[in-house]
Amino acid sequence: MGLANIMSRFFGREEEVNTSKNEAKKRLRLVLVHDRLDISESMMENLREDLIATIGKYMEIDQDALDVTLSREDEGVALVANIPVLNVKRQA
Amino acid sequence: MGKVIVITSGKGGVGKTTTTANVGTALAMLGKKVVMVDTDIGLRNLDVVLGLENRIVYDLVDAVRGNCRLKQALIKDKRIENLFLLPAAQTKDKTAVSTDQMAELCEKLKEEFDFVLIDCPAGIEHGFKNAIAGAEEAVVVTTPEVSAVRDADRIIGLLEAAGITAPVLVVNRIRTNMVKSGDMMSVEDILDILAVDLLGIVPDDDAIVISTNRGEPTVFDDNSRPGLAFRNIARRLDGENVPLISLEEKQGFWGRLKHMFKSE
Repeated sequence: MGLANIMSRFFGREEEVNTSKNEAKKRLRLVLVHDRLDISESMMENLREDLIATIGKYMEIDQDALDVTLSREDEGVALVANIPVLNVKRQA
Repeated sequence: MGKVIVITSGKGGVGKTTTTANVGTALAMLGKKVVMVDTDIGLRNLDVVLGLENRIVYDLVDAVRGNCRLKQALIKDKRIENLFLLPAAQTKDKTAVSTDQMAELCEKLKEEFDFVLIDCPAGIEHGFKNAIAGAEEAVVVTTPEVSAVRDADRIIGLLEAAGITAPVLVVNRIRTNMVKSGDMMSVEDILDILAVDLLGIVPDDDAIVISTNRGEPTVFDDNSRPGLAFRNIARRLDGENVPLISLEEKQGFWGRLKHMFKSE
């Protein structure tokens, strides 16, 4: 443990220190995002329907090819939506 | 009419059985009439933790199937009045009991007892579903480890889906020195992640191993730190407002100095 580490730990900036506990919390938070989604698939379905409704106001999209998933990135979890656009509506 | 409380965790080895044995005993010490039900069919252990393994004649499956009267299957504790154990079957198939039968059993027991404590097996399958079938409240036991907290989160979700909406948490095996050095999640960290109410904190202590070796719950020992923690948990379950025991007393000079800076 370096001096800077000791100093910042001493003054209580725990979140900035790479302690094993902070690593545990970070990993847990990520893993729970996935675990909790496994339990409620209906939420993903609702999200998908809301996305179609919102985007549909501006563009014509290919609803069958629409793909919405959560994917794990290095530093977090990302909501990735792949939405093929068929036509853009003319501005009124 | 008594309360039916399931003690569960998802992950094995975090202290469900130890918690059941000690909290049950402590409730009986408060004068409550208590029965502890071991639902871990095929892997029973509550009997040995309580030192009652030599007294078993009938078990849970016998009682549910009518091979004996319910009263015959209840084992009276050898040290304290009003404390009973309904042991799990050791040699029968784990599907020997249905959720309906468990719910019916709990209904009968709560007419007789102030507290019915259900010791749940590890996992989320048949045994878990049986254990929660007749329960109105739940105590989730976890330890400050990633795997145990993850499983606790899953269990809390499943309990809520089953209508047990406000489970309370016991954080077991806290090591104060490791929390201080930043190498163990604190109780606050765990509560932050799981978002449930705290029922109690139990320190990691050699007294548990010794008491399990002897089959004597540690709540009988006035000098045991986990014993005090479990007695406090029992009082809280009984509706008393008991402050958390301080785990701070051994933090030493540096800990106090840091605390001073932080409270600015």
